[in-house]
Amino acid sequence: MDIARVDQIIDRYGADESYLIQVLLDIQTENNWLPQEALERVAERLRVPLSRILHIATFYKAFSTVPKGRHRIHVCMGTACHVRGAQRVLDAVQEATGIKPGETDLELKFSLETVNCLGCCALGPVMEIDGKTYGKMTPAETAEALRNHD
Amino acid sequence: MSEVRLQIDGQEVTAPEGATVLEAAQGAGIPIPTLCHHEKLEPFGSCRLCTVEVERGGRKQHVVSCVYPVAEGLTVRTRTPEIERIRRVILELYLAHAPEAPRLKALAEEYGANKDRFDKESSFCIHCGLCVRYCAEVKKKHAVGFINRGTKKEVAFVPDIAARECWKCKECFPLCPTSWLQAAYVLVEGILFPREEQRA
Ligand code: SF4
Ligand code: FES
Ligand code: FES
Repeated sequence: MDIARVDQIIDRYGADESYLIQVLLDIQTENNWLPQEALERVAERLRVPLSRILHIATFYKAFSTVPKGRHRIHVCMGTACHVRGAQRVLDAVQEATGIKPGETDLELKFSLETVNCLGCCALGPVMEIDGKTYGKMTPAETAEALRNHD
Repeated sequence: MSEVRLQIDGQEVTAPEGATVLEAAQGAGIPIPTLCHHEKLEPFGSCRLCTVEVERGGRKQHVVSCVYPVAEGLTVRTRTPEIERIRRVILELYLAHAPEAPRLKALAEEYGANKDRFDKESSFCIHCGLCVRYCAEVKKKHAVGFINRGTKKEVAFVPDIAARECWKCKECFPLCPTSWLQAAYVLVEGILFPREEQRA
């Protein structure tokens, strides 16, 4: 990520240390992950120790300190989805992408995570791709939804 | 600053307002065991070993004495059967992580803690935060910090800072109740910034 772009994000919040998490979230949203140089820049400009930034960046699941794919897949493994066949959806995703939960493929196309309820159990089994909800999924529909992303 | 009067283990004690129960007890020569406390550092309250019973207005409560402020008329008991039990279990949990740590073994002896009560999970660090806080508060170098959370939480050196600062300091090493810190440092040094003579 371009350091000038990191600076723009920092300036958006007046380089105020109390906006640390917001700054990190913006970098995460734009870049999909938090590269070391970006974190060092944030530490320097917000005058927050890098060790504290690393603590925060590794504490919240919303942040990633390793590269993430362009598309984020969340497969719900909550109770309701589980009984409605979440495992088959997960298997279909793993089959189509070749990655397991927590992983990212080498082309940085997909990152896969499991979650424990997306709050719309009536639609189970549910998955999300880039925040868009796909309900009542079958393995075939899952593979189809993934094919529509590049 | 005005003085506050309280009673600790039956003894009348005075302490300055704003002091902690632990400080008041130490001032009166009454021992309370601690693992995460250090005079030079801000109270942290992570190890819970300094738990005591306080009573005010007829209500009893277990509190962590290193962060609990003194109050007029407070009655404190530092060794009741219940407190002994609490400390014993805390030590048994820590011993599952660092069964051979001398400081823990000595305390275990005192409280009759069984080091084999829980399955071993040798992660060594007990998250007392002494190293992290000492580096931040006293040395102001922030070379070591915590990463991750919950069961995955661990101490981690920031390689660039550690390579620059730690070799000439290492003041945090003797603070660690389990000696894990030293091992973690040597590992980071070996992997990330081998010293010149080792590189050659
Ligand atoms: S490494 Fe040692 S001093 Fe540091 S937090 Fe862990 S137990 Fe405490
Ligand atoms: S269990 Fe999947 S949305 Fe609630
Ligand atoms: S010394 Fe009080 S919690 Fe550790």
